[in-house]
Amino acid sequence: MSLKKISKDQPEKFEFDQQSLEAAKKILSNYPKGKEKSAVMALLYIAQRQNNNWIPLSAIKYIAKFLNMPYIKVYEVATFYSMYNLSPVGNFHVQICTTTPCMIRGAYKIVDVCKKKISEKENVLSENGNCSWTEVECLGACINAPMMQINNDYYEDLDIKQSEKIIDEVLMGKKPKPGSYRGRINSEPENNRKTLLDLKNA
Amino acid sequence: MLRDEDRIFKNLYNDLGADLNSSKKRGDWTNTKDLCEKGRDWIIDEIKKSELRGRGGAGFPTGLKWSFAPKEVGSRPHYLVINADESEPGTCKDRDILRFEPHKLLEGCLIAAYAVNSHKCYIYLRGEYYNEGVELQKAIDEAYKDNLIGKNASGTGWDLDIYIHYGAGAYICGEETALLESIEGNKGQPRLKPPFPALVGLYGCPTIVNNVETVSVVPTILRKGSKWFASLGKPKNTGTKIFCISGNVNKPCNVEEEMGVPLKDLIETHAGGVVGGWENLQAVIPGGSSMPLLNKEISEKITMDFDSLVENKSGLGTAGIVVINKDQDIIKCFARIARFYKHESCGQCTPCREGSGWMWRILERMAKGEASREEVEMLFDVTKQIEGHTICAFGEGSAWPVQGLLRNFKKEIIKRNNFDPLIKSNKDIPYLVDQHLLEKDNAQNKS
Repeated sequence: MSLKKISKDQPEKFEFDQQSLEAAKKILSNYPKGKEKSAVMALLYIAQRQNNNWIPLSAIKYIAKFLNMPYIKVYEVATFYSMYNLSPVGNFHVQICTTTPCMIRGAYKIVDVCKKKISEKENVLSENGNCSWTEVECLGACINAPMMQINNDYYEDLDIKQSEKIIDEVLMGKKPKPGSYRGRINSEPENNRKTLLDLKNA
Repeated sequence: MLRDEDRIFKNLYNDLGADLNSSKKRGDWTNTKDLCEKGRDWIIDEIKKSELRGRGGAGFPTGLKWSFAPKEVGSRPHYLVINADESEPGTCKDRDILRFEPHKLLEGCLIAAYAVNSHKCYIYLRGEYYNEGVELQKAIDEAYKDNLIGKNASGTGWDLDIYIHYGAGAYICGEETALLESIEGNKGQPRLKPPFPALVGLYGCPTIVNNVETVSVVPTILRKGSKWFASLGKPKNTGTKIFCISGNVNKPCNVEEEMGVPLKDLIETHAGGVVGGWENLQAVIPGGSSMPLLNKEISEKITMDFDSLVENKSGLGTAGIVVINKDQDIIKCFARIARFYKHESCGQCTPCREGSGWMWRILERMAKGEASREEVEMLFDVTKQIEGHTICAFGEGSAWPVQGLLRNFKKEIIKRNNFDPLIKSNKDIPYLVDQHLLEKDNAQNKS
């Protein structure tokens, strides 16, 4: 259970735009009749995407009405799961994995880079307001540690220099190239492959 | 070393492309219809004979699980749910299957759904794997277009729809009943078992929940025969498995190997050895962070399969191997793991919700050398009070790593925290004060 900070500045109204509405209807068709509630997680994502990476309380109300659910049930879901942002995080949401496999390969050095470049504290917007950072639990790319996620993309095999470069680009509003930053291909052992060699050369 | 032709995931490193045509060249979807036409009983029997055990952590025999689903569909439809909520620290095998071998998974879904009489399959994907989800959706669309799934899937006469359901960053949703709660649109809090999901699962209907890797190996087993699969590995621990080797190794990687492969081989051959040499090894977590660590002596000769690891008071879990060398502070490493469990506890059962925080705080202080000698025993006592007193296995998962640490590194902990509790040395402090909350100056031994 994670602690959630709910933003003090809340917009009064929220409505799905045309694109979101279509996406929401498509999601609803994935679930059996009478079980529309299942779509709540997906709808929260859609709201988050539409509203610049965060979910205002008015969106929670809107979704509750949309799915005919009690408001508190949607609120419960939005606060239980860690990927729903209930206060603004900027256009670029930087998440650094610091769980043990990443930690022992130097994840806290990347945290220091973020502290220096973005903001002293977690979940605080950078000066230009387009970026914030947070420490998260295992992102499931342990063999590419240390790594971070910016919005939907993974940035892997980092060191201090590379992460400084990435954060600089993000602060300027550009999207850096995702993937490994040591030129390594996916999850293969670098220059040490002992298996499936015929296929590699084929 | 396992021969290349016996490897199931030939595209583990994406040399060949993950699209439908390339997958077909590797043999996916070739005779799915023939396999299904041999009948449900044959499929379940073959999987039973292959002795395939679930790859998600618990190692439950897959064939047996499938046979728990009701033989005939009653008033309630059956569901198949694939657990792709991979978030055990140290584990990243499912990610590569989703990215590079999605058609193995989809074909497995069809066969499994056919075997358990299900027309709907949900793949519960962790929310962070957004890009993997896009790849998987692409594969699903390809399969629909080619009529491999959908109405009369692959010409079997069976209808199957596959949907992706995104999670949103909750580790607990990897527990099967929490996962079902999450699909139903609730917070991911586990349910009491029994009833088991095979009888009362998603929307109260019979549901089979399987891990990505388990389902993905099924088509290959049926094609090559259960005898082939059972001939690999050891009795009761058969087949191949993707091992993820991370941490302080020179070449961290994913590799598919036979079950029962020596741990030292995996680390030395595939992962390029421990940073600083084998002598620099401190400990190994063999199966994701929930499994107790192995010390160097055991790591030297242990083989990686369910039963040998249980004999050594650990477990294979998800086969996410985290290597920790002597440059690391072992207490700090485990304090961080304890923090992970504190963060991820769903808050339903008191022993886990409160206990995971206790363990984290005590370990943090131990790492700094601020705990007293007696707290070492107290920490062990806390783990024992969590273990076995919770609804789901998260309690064990959070308590075992700490127990493993205490079993193997008690001397180091006591060396760093070797003093009496304050209450004994400073009589002015009332007993009921939380001693670790006192100012550091007050905590000095003043008497």
